[in-house]
Amino acid sequence: MNSPILRMENIVKTFPGVVANRGVNLEIRRGEIHALLGENGAGKTVLMSILYGLYVPDSGTIYLNGQPITIKSPKDAIAKRIGMVHQHFMLEPTLTVAENIILGQFPSWTILNKQRIGEVHEKIRSLSNQFGLGVDPAARVSRLSVGEQQRVEILKVLYHGADLLILDEPTAVLTPQEASRLLEFLRDLAKKGLTTIFITHKLDEVMQVSDRVTVLRDGQVIGTCETRETNPRALAKMMVGREVLMDLHRKLASPGEPVLAISNLRVRDARGLPVVKGVSFTVRAGEIVGVAGVSGNGQSELALAIAGLIDDVAFDRFQLEGKDVTRRDLRAASHRHSAHIPEDRQKMGMVLPFSVSENFILEEYSSPRFARHGFLRGQAIRSYSQNQVKKFDIKVSDVSEEIANLSGGNQQKVVVARELDRHPGFLLVNQPTRGIDIGATEFVHQQILAQRDGGTGILLISTDLEEIFALSDRILVIFEGEIIGELPSDRSQVEKVGLMMAGKRDPDRE
Amino acid sequence: MDVAVILAFVSGILAATWRMATPLIYASVGEVFAERSGVINLGLEGIMLVGAFNAYTAAFYSGSLWLGLLAALFTGVLLGLLFAFFTVTIKANQIVVGTAFNLAGSGISGFLFESIFLKSNYSSLGIPTFNDLSFPFLTKIPYLGDILFHYNILVYITVLLVPLASFVLYKTAFGLAVRSVGAHPKAADTMGISVSRMRYICVVIGSVLTALGGATLTLAFANQFVEDMTSGRGFIALAAVVFGGWTPWGATAASLLFGVFYALQLRVQAMNSVLLPYQFLQVLPYVATVLALISVRHRAGSPKALGVPYRS
Repeated sequence: MNSPILRMENIVKTFPGVVANRGVNLEIRRGEIHALLGENGAGKTVLMSILYGLYVPDSGTIYLNGQPITIKSPKDAIAKRIGMVHQHFMLEPTLTVAENIILGQFPSWTILNKQRIGEVHEKIRSLSNQFGLGVDPAARVSRLSVGEQQRVEILKVLYHGADLLILDEPTAVLTPQEASRLLEFLRDLAKKGLTTIFITHKLDEVMQVSDRVTVLRDGQVIGTCETRETNPRALAKMMVGREVLMDLHRKLASPGEPVLAISNLRVRDARGLPVVKGVSFTVRAGEIVGVAGVSGNGQSELALAIAGLIDDVAFDRFQLEGKDVTRRDLRAASHRHSAHIPEDRQKMGMVLPFSVSENFILEEYSSPRFARHGFLRGQAIRSYSQNQVKKFDIKVSDVSEEIANLSGGNQQKVVVARELDRHPGFLLVNQPTRGIDIGATEFVHQQILAQRDGGTGILLISTDLEEIFALSDRILVIFEGEIIGELPSDRSQVEKVGLMMAGKRDPDRE
Repeated sequence: MDVAVILAFVSGILAATWRMATPLIYASVGEVFAERSGVINLGLEGIMLVGAFNAYTAAFYSGSLWLGLLAALFTGVLLGLLFAFFTVTIKANQIVVGTAFNLAGSGISGFLFESIFLKSNYSSLGIPTFNDLSFPFLTKIPYLGDILFHYNILVYITVLLVPLASFVLYKTAFGLAVRSVGAHPKAADTMGISVSRMRYICVVIGSVLTALGGATLTLAFANQFVEDMTSGRGFIALAAVVFGGWTPWGATAASLLFGVFYALQLRVQAMNSVLLPYQFLQVLPYVATVLALISVRHRAGSPKALGVPYRS
């Protein structure tokens, strides 16, 4: 039971300009659930991608069942009964479940006739029943929900006979209920003898499901311990390298006048289908309104509509800081009265090949502060940028450095610094901490709270329930383009919000 | 005009349609493979031209049309490997490489033709061409015989080629791998499929069929090479792939549609009574192409990773 199934010794992997793994040692025991904990960029995914043959390490040895092995490609990994469920699903939506599962399995010249496909379907069905996954092999992947797609991914790994399962941040895309069902399922698999490596940055999941945990930071192993002998605070400290505030201290909100009032907002997507279906709400000065929901339920379109960045929008009323806005001048009014921290910082929040200081002035470049007679004032821009860098503790060698070279957390700080400096009456924040480390998350959260205390009305859209509860004063739940409920921001409501995120309009009535 | 005249006119057009569509069918069905694997080979025009030239040269010196065909096949393999090397291995921009192929194909074939053939004193530059097959009875059926049963072997090969291509793409493990590599290469990679290998194979398939399409021009339709004789057929084949929704049957249907306009243009030119300058008529197939592409501009179905080099 306790013999190691896998040992990775002294794994080193560098990419141009980045050392992802600097001599990592990892030992996995047969039949255990082993959590691999670390912040984004700590090297967890790279380490597992090496194990799965997606990357070749610069040096180091992998032992499977005591034998040194080399894994040059995912084909090798599959042959050695290693399977991986990636954070971004590796499923082609236009193909069926079965087609996705048998990709690469048969020699090229194999004819996929009815009989052969029938056999495959049969095998998938029986596996699906055996593990209670409820997967239909003939279904087209594009028709499946995110939770179902994940079950297909797991089934894919089981189909290929894996006895070592790697899961990369599997709960990131799930509702809380789906996530806890997944964790239970993993326990079941462990009972059946499967070994699982579970990549995560969520401490509660580690505590809930794992037998042992290894913490990675900056590409190095900080330590491995038995889960029952440790606690979240100790793990957080190992992960970040210093004490972390586990809870933000939040003063009671004192809401003022409405800064954003919307009624019956509708948005259609490129194909003309409704994605936001008549949404009405108000955000008042000095409060944070959280919008909770599973990704893809209309949040992105809602944010773009409020920022005036999408064409097919209609509404009965749209007021910013008490003034009525028409459809035609929505973009201009939104720019005048509000600031926007967009969900995808790299695509919408910055110009990657530009320098840090150029990114600071993206919106205000023509104001007298930064330009005179149409010429940029280099010195003013530079000293302004240096100031901002200091104020927001942004790690950068010089403000003339390309922003593309910064870590995700520091990039996000640039965006936040720029937007907050516009002193908006209304602030639209979408996924402010996705993919950034705990330290930067903490900082961004504090900045958002400080902004609220300074009297800004804030709409916070996030798929991270932790974040919603940590920051919001009120919570709206969005499901399939509709706001299906409003709740107070109170931890006791977590389960209710989770059920509503899955589409239950009135969870109390069950 | 009475019915017989109209009937003769229409059957005249239809009788030339399949022949005019044949080079397009070869090239577009081949290109379906390349594009379904994620590589857009904009260099079809150049490859077709070089294929036509090499087929002609080989046939001219050997006296064998089959050796000419073989030369086109090798040309396709070599150019396909070269194109794949640039776009898959080096990951160069596919549009730029394709454009370079077109420029080089036109320049090299034109230059070689001039220096090898035009500057020498061959008494004739003509070669024999593939004869039309004749079928007992069938060829003699009025109208239908003309429309279906009076072509050479290269035209009839398309009858086998298209269903075969469709079968390979949709009913074999290879085809499944091709489609996955063009739509979601990372997923294919994680399942142990070599994205590079698949793309090499598919680019070569596309290039070979395109070069063979070029060979039909010199070995079956004209009896000698002419500078830039493909006159845009490579580009029209690319359009046929899009208009045909990236399927072998669709690309073939699109090729036949464009073939109708080639045939119409030829037919009308041959009628002395028409007052339009012939250049206006020559434009017909290209106008049809543009209109066809406009009509499908909203259609989904393009392989999602089309034109994007894969980096693991």
